[in-house]
Order: sequence, then structure tokens, then C-alpha cells
Amino acid sequence: MTTSALEKKPASRASGAAFILKKATISALVALVLFSLMIGVRTEAGPQGGLIYWTRFGDLAAIVAAVFGGSIVIELLRQWWGPADKVRVVPPAVQNALSLAGRLIAPALLIFTFLVPVIFYDQRYILDLAILVLTYVMLGWGLNVVVGLAGLLDLGYVAFYAVGAYSYALLATNFGLSFWVCLPLAGILAAFWGVLLGFPVLRLRGDYLAIVTLAFGEIIRLVIINWQSLTGGPNGISGIPRPTLFGIPLSPGEDGLAARLGIEFSPTHRIVFLFYLILAMALLTNWVTIRLRRLPIGRAWEALREDEVACRALGINTTTTKLTAFATGAMFGGFAGAFFATRQGFISPESFTFQESALVLAIVVLGGMGSQLGVALAALAMIGGFELFRGLDQYRMLVFGMAMVLLMIWRPRGLIGHRAPTVYLERNQAISSDLVKEGHG
Amino acid sequence: MSGETILSVKGLSMRFGGIVAVNDLSFDAGRRKITALIGPNGAGKTTVFNCITGFYRPSGGSIALTHDDGKTIQLERLNDFRISKQARVARTFQNIRLFPGMTALENLMVAQHNALMRASGLTFLGLIGAPSWRSAEARAIELARTWLTRVGLLDRADDAAGNLPYGDQRRLEIARAMCTEPALLCLDEPAAGLNARESAALSELLLSIRTEQGTSILLIEHDMSVVMEISDHVVVMDYGVKIAEGTPQSVRDDPKVIAAYLGADEEEAIAVMESGT
Repeated sequence: MTTSALEKKPASRASGAAFILKKATISALVALVLFSLMIGVRTEAGPQGGLIYWTRFGDLAAIVAAVFGGSIVIELLRQWWGPADKVRVVPPAVQNALSLAGRLIAPALLIFTFLVPVIFYDQRYILDLAILVLTYVMLGWGLNVVVGLAGLLDLGYVAFYAVGAYSYALLATNFGLSFWVCLPLAGILAAFWGVLLGFPVLRLRGDYLAIVTLAFGEIIRLVIINWQSLTGGPNGISGIPRPTLFGIPLSPGEDGLAARLGIEFSPTHRIVFLFYLILAMALLTNWVTIRLRRLPIGRAWEALREDEVACRALGINTTTTKLTAFATGAMFGGFAGAFFATRQGFISPESFTFQESALVLAIVVLGGMGSQLGVALAALAMIGGFELFRGLDQYRMLVFGMAMVLLMIWRPRGLIGHRAPTVYLERNQAISSDLVKEGHG
Repeated sequence: MSGETILSVKGLSMRFGGIVAVNDLSFDAGRRKITALIGPNGAGKTTVFNCITGFYRPSGGSIALTHDDGKTIQLERLNDFRISKQARVARTFQNIRLFPGMTALENLMVAQHNALMRASGLTFLGLIGAPSWRSAEARAIELARTWLTRVGLLDRADDAAGNLPYGDQRRLEIARAMCTEPALLCLDEPAAGLNARESAALSELLLSIRTEQGTSILLIEHDMSVVMEISDHVVVMDYGVKIAEGTPQSVRDDPKVIAAYLGADEEEAIAVMESGT
């Protein structure tokens, strides 16, 4: 049952297996040396004050065996998902199954997402978590425009999230504007701040750009904390109106949706509504980004990431190109912020710390820069996975950090590391991540 | 009104601090002609290119570009991307600067950015998929296909530019520059790293660009076989100044040129030449 690819290279397959075994043996030997004293021998002060010791060779053997086995598993996984030109030990049947799974994962995920409120209707916790995940998916897709496509490292993305949230909160509480009026306004205001941030950083690249955007995020937060008369300072803004279904409130009152439809009111209705609202917003973000990639502006963003000097030689205005990237990313952040404000009903500067920026950036980087599906998977893993390990209490961060390190070893360019071309003549073939640049800011 | 000169460089100087890279350089490039700029390493050729294409702002002098309709643009007053956008001057780079993570076709689509931006109604028409945008995009793909065919890369259209062999990358960069539909094409060492067969193909391509597209070409080149074969006019630089210009033949026999290339005194070069003949 060997296939042609393997028949051509029987020697390399054997050497691949030998390589894996050799590597695993070396790892096991290192573990043996390291742990033989640390675990193999246990010393303690005896009852007479003398040192007594006893051996634990069973534990030692278990550890060494775990290292040996783990090393083989890691190496196999690396070969499965490694660069295309590498010799693969994995049988092609498994590879085909993997690639089929890769193609089906996006539609399957989408259908599942649509069904989440149906499946988990009674589980408020899951619905809340799903809304949270989708918020981060949307933020990730928004930041993906700036970081993934245009290659501009933005560490202050939370600023636009905050601008969107406060825009809605202030407009709604002070002027009584509805969510559907405020949503575009929040997006526009955030985009405006995106352009404002864009101007001073146009000439900056790489680390310098990252530092200035980081500072910008902090400035916005500090302004919100200190401008007490407008924003309420650290107390935040409470009593933010809940969204309505185009004017029909989702409340238990007479004119509420439940009463109008003649069904019994349930607080879950609002949760389900919020779920589909953020899902629609996230999908809109995704659709617009996919469209933009195939338009000249999107190609210019990617070209900017690849080589800015060449862009200028081709007559591309790099200034407006960068500013549009910042503005577009910021606009989606603003939308997400407005949603966040209406969902929580209360916002304070504590929700917009640097940690949020870092989390969204981690989602984009883990997902594979520029990949829409990758960002969605990474948001699911980061936010959902984080909740999954809630039982581990203080060890949660440890598991999390370990998972990220492992992921970066196997997939240094993120979950979906390859780039899909925006236009093709004959073959729509993915481009290896080795060729795609990360951008220099 | 459109004279025989497309590019007129007068008294061009470029100083970096105390270093004079280009000093009072004047030359003309003919319309629908191939002008070569040659000289030993460090003569200031690429600096001249960077001044013409807006990457440097010259310390002094003027660079005038006259389009076919007689409109003259002072290039030293434009900068950056405007040279390519408004004056329609395209360039390639000594060390190839393609977009390696994008396909060959995408590279050529990026080159048509300004035309496509207009066609997409600054993105808004494109976002809703307006028919006018769709047809403009189809035309852009057709233009890209034409150029891919011209440089013999049609079968590699969907491959990442960074995956192409070196010679193909050089030709793709020329195709990309041509997709901006330039009036003047500036090539910085297009034959560098090419073998004899590839150089010959390059010469053919450049000649066909001149005759079929009517594009004027200015090139820096070290490969003398290419320069001598295709140039209509040759300008020789050394230490930032022009030391000779004329037809390829006259330049080749100029003792000053030979001296510059051999790194010898003029008298010695003449002596070498005379003893040789």
C-alpha cells in the first residue's frame, strides 16, 4: 500500500525514522542525566539528624520514557505539519485526510457557530463564553488588517476598542441615541483616531512603531481615567442602554419582543440576540477584509508588508496606504467596542488595559498573520482554552504559556502559516510562509 | 512640441555631508532611445538613478522630463511615489525588489495600483462589486498576462515571486515596471547575474519594449555586451562626473573611458592602446 511518493524515496523515509529515533534517544539520555539525581535519589534529614536517602528509579524510568515518547510524538507532529519540501514520514493517506479536514474546517466551524445558541440554549455560561470568543474573533480580524496584511506592528489596538466603547456609552447615555445609530458613529470615531495615530507613526518602523502604538494605547486609557467630567474616570459609565431589535426592546415589558411575539419572556433571548449580533458583525468584518484583499488597496497593504521601497517605485502612496490600514483596523475595533459597551451595560478603564492589546495581538500572531481562519481558530483556542483550564487556578497561566511555546515551536508562523493568493490565472496555490514577509512596521 | 529629448539632466549634484557623489552632471536621454549610463563601481550611477526616480532629493541642478504631449515635468521638485504616478517614470533595482510572498501575477497587479484605484472608485465601487470595477480588473489581468507572456513567465504566473529563479525575477521586475505604463523606464543593472543566453534574451526584450511600446529606456549596466548591442547613446561617469558620452563605438575607443575602467592614468591608457595597435 505504499504510494509513489514513498516508493521514490524509501531511503529518506528510513533515515527520517532513524533521525527521529536518534533525536528521541538523545533527549531521553539528557533527561536521564538530569533527573537521575533530581528524581532518582531522594535525600532527607533523618530522625537522628543524619542524612538518609532512598532511590526512586521507578519514577525516573517513567520520566525518561515520557521524554522519549514525547520527543517522538513532537517530531512526528513536526513532520506532519512541517514545510512542504521536507521528507515526510507520515503516510499520504493521513496527509490527505488532514488536507481534507483543513478544507472542511471553515464551513464546519461556521455552521457549528450558527447552531451554538440552539445547542446550548440552556447553558448561559457557554453562550456568554461564545459571545466573548466572537468578540475576540472580531478584534483579531480587525487587527489582522493592520498587523497581518499591512505588516504594521500595533501594540495599542485596545485604544480603538476603548474609543468605540466610550463613543457608544457617551452618545447613548447623554443624547439617547440608539445602538444602531451609534454603531457606525463609534466605527467612524475609532477610524478617525486610527488616522490620528497613523500620522505620527508614518515614518517609524519595527520596534519604534510598536513603542509609539503602545504609548498611544496608554494615552487613551489615561485620558479616560483622568477626564472625570466626561468619562466618569475610574468609576466608568454605567446604565448603558441595551441594544434593541431595530427599536423593539428585548425586555419583559409590554412592548418587549417577547410580548409582541406572544411568547414567554426569558433573559436568554437577549443573550441569543447579542450572540447573533456579534456573529453578524464579525462575519461582516471578515467579508469586508476578504473583499479588500482582492481590491487594489488590499494588495497595496500586502505589497507594503513585502517591500515598501518597491511600493514607492510603483507610484503607490505609502502614506495613504498606511493610514487606510490603520483606519480600517481601528474601525472594526470601534465596532467591537460599541458591542462590548452594549453587552456589558457598564464600562470602565479597567477593561482597556495593555493586556487586551497583547491578547488580541497574540491571537493574530498565533493564528498566522494574514489568515482569517487562523485568527478565528486562535481566538477560540486562546479565549475558549483559557476558560477550559479555569479549574487549574493559578497553574492556568502555566498551561497557557506552555501551549504557546509548543505552538511556536511547531508552527513558528502561526496555525495557518501559508498565504492564499488574491488573484490567479490557472492554479490557486498557497504560498509558503517562508516567502511571505512579516513586515518591518 | 515633443522634442527628441525625453529626459534632460542639467548640472545635477548630490552631496552626502562632505562627500560629493554626483558633481555637476549634465546629459540628455533621447525619446524612444536606449541611453546607457556606465562607469566603474562607485562612480555615482545609482545615485543619479535615485535622484531621477525621487528616492533622493538632489542637492542642485534640474531634471526635466518631457512627455510626448510636450508637457515638461521638473522631477527634482517631485518626490517619492509621485515620480512614478505623475511623471510616469518606472524603475527596477540593482538588488531585485519584488514582493516575494506574492505571486508573479499579483506583483503585476500591484504595479497597476493607481489605475485600479481609480477604477475601483477608491475602493467603494470595488467593495460592492460594481460592473465597471469588474471589467477594469479583467483588463488589468489581461495586461498582466500580456507582460507575463512577453517576458516568458506565463506558466509561472501563479508561483510566488520569491520562488522564481534569479533570471526570471529580473525579467519579472522589468514586466512589473512596464505594467505601470511608463514613459521612461530606468533599469539598474538589469543584466547583473545573468548568463550569456539570458543577457541576449534581455537585450531582445529591451529592444522590443523600445520599438513596440515606444518607451524610452535609461539603463545602468556593467555587461558591456548588452550596452554595446542595444544602446543608442552612452554616458560614462567616474567619480561623480561625466567623463565621456557618445555612441557606443566612440565611447569604447575613448582613452579617458579606458583609463577610468583600467584605473590607470590617461597617458598610460593611450600608451597601452597605441602599443596594442
